[in-house]
Amino acid sequence: MDNLINYTLRIADNALILGQRMSQWCSNGPTLEEDIAMVNISLDLFGQANGFYEYASSIDGNKSADDFAFLRSEREYFNNLIVEQGNGHFGDTIVRNFLFDTYSVLFYTKLQNSSDDTLAALSSKSLKEAKYHLRHSSNWLIRLGDGTDESNKKVQKSLNDIWMFTGNLFEMDELDTDMLNKGIGIDNSLLKSEWDKKVNDTLSSAKLNRPEDGYMQTGSKEGIHTEHLGHLLSEMQFLQRAHPNAKW
Amino acid sequence: MQNGNTNKIWELLNTVPDPEIPVISVVELGVIRDVKFTNNSFLILITPTYSGCPATKTFQDDISSCLKENEITNFELKIKYDPPWTTDWMSDSTKEKLRKYGIAPPSNIVICPQCNSKNTSLISEFGATACKSLFKCIDCLEPFEFFKCI
Ligand SMILES: [Zn+2]
Repeated sequence: MDNLINYTLRIADNALILGQRMSQWCSNGPTLEEDIAMVNISLDLFGQANGFYEYASSIDGNKSADDFAFLRSEREYFNNLIVEQGNGHFGDTIVRNFLFDTYSVLFYTKLQNSSDDTLAALSSKSLKEAKYHLRHSSNWLIRLGDGTDESNKKVQKSLNDIWMFTGNLFEMDELDTDMLNKGIGIDNSLLKSEWDKKVNDTLSSAKLNRPEDGYMQTGSKEGIHTEHLGHLLSEMQFLQRAHPNAKW
Repeated sequence: MQNGNTNKIWELLNTVPDPEIPVISVVELGVIRDVKFTNNSFLILITPTYSGCPATKTFQDDISSCLKENEITNFELKIKYDPPWTTDWMSDSTKEKLRKYGIAPPSNIVICPQCNSKNTSLISEFGATACKSLFKCIDCLEPFEFFKCI
């Protein structure tokens, strides 16, 4: 049971943390339309996170979805490192989201066949939204990469800087293997070749060079994060920490 | 107290408007998947449009108050995620209501709700609510909302 809760939390945490990042664009978008787009994506992600946290809460029987979202410390979050990376400029955000959205679509496509009915149902729902998000991020990536010299240079740098967080997406640990053997979870490592192909296709349309797979940062499965997560949590959790059990 | 007449419940639900697009009801939107009567209680199964759609909470409250106003208290609302909501569940007459309201209904071809021109172009994949994107008409130049196909 603990494994199933933690497996579910990994999925929920990815959605929550990226959702929080996207919400930070609210009122800071480059245009009104993009502002609205990013906040809409944020809302979808929060909704997905809520579904998975509610499920974790129902298995746990003790903690609520909000407890999971707001009352854990940094070491107890299991989101992939890439989603906690800062928004940077608009191109940085687009590159980060594009790499993660591509993964997300492949991940949910597989997980919708989980032997766990709830995970399967939540995945087929999330998949529809993830596809839409991918359409948004890949269209922008092509526009920026194949735009001006300056926009191309900027997103190429975004890509080079964030690349070392992509390896983490395809890792398998004991918990993943246990879930895979039970027919509940999926094999992340098998998503890599399809991800490579999709990413390479879009990068070539965007006239961007794929960075080499060099050093890859790891740690999220043990709750070891980059310095960005703590700052994000301090903002996100402030209200619940300062006024415990505050209700909206 | 109702004696298990699910048709009556459907009738009442059909009077509850979508909080964001009040010209259609929650039934027409396709989010009410089933109404069952078991153990002396109505079970209403709801499938949200988008995971984070803020209207989901609002229309659940609206449904509860509508039923209570009609002296029905033996009911339970339950979220059902599978199969996921799709615009395919919208009937042609519902789509026509959207068009008259000024929102281009879900379709493969985006038609301007003002002048019926098919000569339209995308402004943004996202609009004022989760379910809509933004288009403009090349012929009459009016911007308009398009109900996204999902
Ligand atoms: Zn027109």
